[in-house]
Parts: sequence; structure tokens; C-alpha cells
Amino acid sequence: MRLISQIGEWFDARVQLAGAIRETAEHRVPRQTASWFYVFGSGALVVFGMQVVTGILLALVYVPTAGEAWNSLQSLNHSITLGWYIRALHGWGSNFMVAVVLIHMVQVFLFGAYKFPRELTWIVGVFLLLMTLGMAFSGQVLRFDQDAFWGIGIGASISSRVPVLGPWIVRLLLGGPIIAGATLSRFFALHVFVIPGLLIALVGLHLLMVLKLGINDWPMPGRIVRKSTYVREYTELVEKDGVPFVPAAIWKDLLFGGFLLLLLASVAAYYGPFGPSGRPDPTIIQTAPRPDYFFLWLYALLSLLPPQMETPALLIGPVIAIGFLLLLPFLFGEGEKSWRRRPVAVLTIALVAVVLGTFTSLAGHAPWSPVMDAWSGAPVPQKFLEKRTALERQGALVFQLKQCRNCHSLGDAGGKRGPALDSVAVVQTKDQLIRQVIQGGGNMPAYGKNLSPAETTALVAFLETLHPASQSPARDASRALASETSAPASAEPHP
Amino acid sequence: MTLPDNMTRRALLVKLGILFNACVAALLAVPILRYLLSSAVAGQKSAYEKWMSLGPLTQFPEGETRLATFTNPDVKPWDGKTAESVCWVRRIDADHVQVFAINCAHLGCPVRWFPQSGLFLCPCHGGAYYEDGSRASGPPERGLFEYPYKIQDGSLFIQGGELPTPGSPVASLYTIEKKLPCA
Repeated sequence: MRLISQIGEWFDARVQLAGAIRETAEHRVPRQTASWFYVFGSGALVVFGMQVVTGILLALVYVPTAGEAWNSLQSLNHSITLGWYIRALHGWGSNFMVAVVLIHMVQVFLFGAYKFPRELTWIVGVFLLLMTLGMAFSGQVLRFDQDAFWGIGIGASISSRVPVLGPWIVRLLLGGPIIAGATLSRFFALHVFVIPGLLIALVGLHLLMVLKLGINDWPMPGRIVRKSTYVREYTELVEKDGVPFVPAAIWKDLLFGGFLLLLLASVAAYYGPFGPSGRPDPTIIQTAPRPDYFFLWLYALLSLLPPQMETPALLIGPVIAIGFLLLLPFLFGEGEKSWRRRPVAVLTIALVAVVLGTFTSLAGHAPWSPVMDAWSGAPVPQKFLEKRTALERQGALVFQLKQCRNCHSLGDAGGKRGPALDSVAVVQTKDQLIRQVIQGGGNMPAYGKNLSPAETTALVAFLETLHPASQSPARDASRALASETSAPASAEPHP
Repeated sequence: MTLPDNMTRRALLVKLGILFNACVAALLAVPILRYLLSSAVAGQKSAYEKWMSLGPLTQFPEGETRLATFTNPDVKPWDGKTAESVCWVRRIDADHVQVFAINCAHLGCPVRWFPQSGLFLCPCHGGAYYEDGSRASGPPERGLFEYPYKIQDGSLFIQGGELPTPGSPVASLYTIEKKLPCA
């Protein structure tokens, strides 16, 4: 023991940091902030540290070339001892990272921590969020599989819509005219050098400001932030009712950080690594790329927006969202901190959470995507074929063969892009069905050119049988009337 | 005689030192920026203007639409399989074809051809196109991207050395008009 302290003293005589470290560790924080609500920032730091370690471990093996990256991931997964586990830790760590950063952000937002004098801490935090998302996306690209390959194409398509600069941004992003070796090399540089370097620098600045300005005091309803008085009030609060950060508060950070790591280790061990999915071979087009979890909401949004709204939403949406986050501390820099007195803030969070949650859950089953193999893989259910005439059954064949099933479900199997047709005859008359099939419309292609008259007749005959036994099919009242009045008239001249 | 601090010889030397470093930095910035931006600026035309072979025209029977593979013009040994690209070739008649990019005009996912219904369908967001590449339904705001082509000595060539994207001027170049270089 004495030897250790002697060695310590020897070093400190030279680096002279012990005093400063002790002072930092024991800096006083308001008693109430030694709370379980204040552990998410340090939690994010712990997971980030884990990402750095597992990232370096993966870089020992990973080959950042378009030709070999996928093979090196297979090798990590299957032949290098516990390579799969390091990949799982890094991949799940990325999800943990985004999740913890978002929770941290919601907490500091609801506790009014962005208000005076911590505006810059918040702004740096916004950039840290963007970089975390940038790491998540570039990391998905480094997992150079089919999803990554087409995912970059989607990124390029989105970037290309930027006015004037779009095509240059695409070339800069891809490192050339197409997605190839140069693309992966630059995403590797971004993911391993550029963004982590910036992240480390900004995390340092973020933490420095937390120390210099003091941790956000516990928001009390009625305790109003005023620029003229806040610093004095905060200093008084810390003097009167402060506790040293170590040990009064840090034990919760330590426990939470340890818990996060244990959870990450368990999840990674149980669920294993992400992919890689199919080989990044541009000639294999039987693929439906999906983004990783935290970008699913964007995938849903791009499917559900009206086409003409898309480009404005893609280009203006992020500017407004990020602009609002950056301006927030200046717009609402003073006033009430407690979420109990800020209903709009609480509603905003609830709304954003519901919107993102809904989009993410929708993207889980992607009803807007056609089911590309439904026409050959999902037969027409038997109940739709029983007691049908030969013509109607021929129509069922046409229905399958013309890929109608890829967008229209029957008996809950098939695409959900168009309406389910189980009881289409109830809502559409024969003439309406013919028109819809031939001319399309309402987001359906026109099949006029690709159906012979005989095929159309058979198809519509089949569609007309699609109604519940208890409900009769829709009919055109005027046609019924016309046939009633014309029937005797036409009968009379030919006795 | 005493001078104010900012007018001493040392202060002047500090300023000179900063100025000197700024000049050197500006000098170095030129090659660094040119290197960094080279992919965006250089070779833009050359990649687009190169003709790539899709093979003999006989592989594309009249009235059918088939997938064709080509090797990109500027290939590096480490590109692996990404050195290749694919496109859809629609042979209209003996002298006329249409060559469509594989990428959906919405966000670039690979579209698939269904000969039975005569449609190209995109698996991502459900974009659909007719056999001539025109927009049928779904989120795309335009038809499929078309590559310019020429038929030479019974072989089909295209200019397809660039990933077509909705905002790229090259993409709009692809469809300015149905140029028939062989006509």
C-alpha cells in the first residue's frame, strides 16, 4: 500500500494533476441532482467508450474494401474466436447509443436544462446527437452487405435532390460516379476517423461546460430562470444545499453504467450480431433493402408522404427540425424549468414519440411495399374458388398471373399496397371494376394494354364473386332500371 | 522612448509569424481541397461518355425485356462485385431498344420486371412503371431512367457509367429525348 502511494506521489510530483482531479471529483452539486434521472449522460459516455473499444477490436480484422469487407465479416462471424460476439457488442452498442442519447435528450429537455446559462451545452448536445446518428448510418454502410449497398443508393438519391449542389454531393459521398470501392473507403474514413474525432472533441467540450456551469439544478415549479439572477441563485443553492459529486452522486452513475454494460453484454450474447445479409452484388436484384432500426421511421415517412411533398419535406424538414433544436435555448432561454408547468413541452415530446413510434412500427411490416412473390407464392384461398363457374376460376388464374396479388391481398395473404379484395364486389359494380382494371388510377397502374378482352372479362367475373355470402354485390341502379324497362320493349317486336 | 506593446518589434514578429503560417496554410489548402473534391469535379464527363458493351443484340429477343450486366468504365481491382452493374434492356424491334437503369426513380432501389403484367415493380415503396419505362403509379415522380444506347456491329452499347439519381443533371440528360443514334 505504501509502495503504491509512493509511486503515486512520484508521478504527481511530475504531472501535478492530482489536486485538479480531486477538486473536479469533489465539486459540489445541488443535493437533489444526485438522482436516478441524471444518469443518462454518463450512461451514454460509458456506451461510447464501449463502442470505441469494440470498434478498435473489429478494425483489427475488418478489411475496408468493397471486394473483401463482406468476406471479412463472415470470417469474424464464423472463424475468428468470439468475432461474432465483438460484432454483436458493437452493433447492439450502436442501438444502445442512439437510445441512451435520445433518452438523455428528452430528460434534459423536460428538466429545462437547455435554458440560461447552458445554451451552448445543449447546442453541442444537438451536434452530438447528429454525430451519433451519423455513426449509426456510416456503421451500417461498413457492414457492406446488400442492405448497405442499396442503402447508400437511397442516401445518394436523397442527397441528389439538394438544389444545384445535389449531383456534386452525390459524387463526393460516393467518391466517384457509382457505388464502388471508393465509396466504402470514404465511409470507413468517416466512421473511424472523422466523426469519432469530432465526437471525442465535442464530448470533451460538453463535459467541460457541465463542470464549469454546474449540473442543471432540479427543476422546482415556480423557480423561474432569469438571466440577471440565475447564476447567483445557483451558487447560493450549491453552497447551502450542495453535496460533493464524489461520492454523493457518482455511485448512481456507476451503477447505471455497469447495468447498461451488463444489459448490452446480455443482449449481444442472446441476439448475436447483425447480418451481414446477402453479398453486396449489384447483379443480384432480388432484394428489398431495409434500413436499420433507428432509420425505419424515415423509411415509413418516405413511403407515406404524397410524392410531390417528398423533396420539400426531405430538404426543408431537417433544416426546420435541427434549426428549431439549435434555436430552442435562445427562444426559451428563461422562465419555468419544471415540466409540470410546461404542458407544451410535454405534449411536444409525447407527439414526437407517438409519431416516431407509429412510423417505426409501420415500417416493421411495410404495408406500402408490394409482396414481390405473392403472385407465385400465395395461392388463391380455396373458399374463393368453391362453387365458381369455369370463367370465374379462369379469372382467379388471371388475378394471380398478372401479379394483382403482389399489391392486393386475399384471405390476408398478399400485398397490402392496394386494398384487400376479399369483398371488393360489395363496393364496386361490374362496370367500375372493368374501368379500374383497364384504366387504373388511385395509385394503381392501368392494365388495359396487358389484358386481352377475354382476360378482362374473366378477371372481372372473378372479382364480382368476392363478397360475403350475407351481402349482395354492388349493382348499378340505373342499369337495373334500364334493363327492366327495355326488356318488355325488346320482347314485343319479336313475338 | 517607449512604444505601446502592440508596436514593438516582437509584436510585429508575432504578426509576421501568423501571416507567414496563414500563407503556407493557404498554399497547402489548394492541393488538399483539390484532392478532396476530385471525385466530385474530375472525370464527371468521361465516366458518363464512355460506351459500355451489353453484348450481342441477339441475346435480347424482340418484344422481350431482359436483365443485362455490364462492367463499369472506371474499375479498381478492389471494387469486387461492385465493379458490375445491371440494367433492363427492352428490345422493341430489330433496330430499337430501350435501356433502363435498374434504380427506381424514387430512391434508387432495384426494380424488377414482371413480363406477365408488363410492369416494373419496386420492392421498397411500391413504385410501378409500364413496359416503356413510363410512370404507372406509386411515389416516383417520373419514369425509369434511360441510358443512351447505340447498336454497332450487332452489339449493344450504352452510356451508363453513373448512378442515376432523381436530382442529377445526368439523369435528366438520360431522358431529354429518345435519341436514336443508329437511325
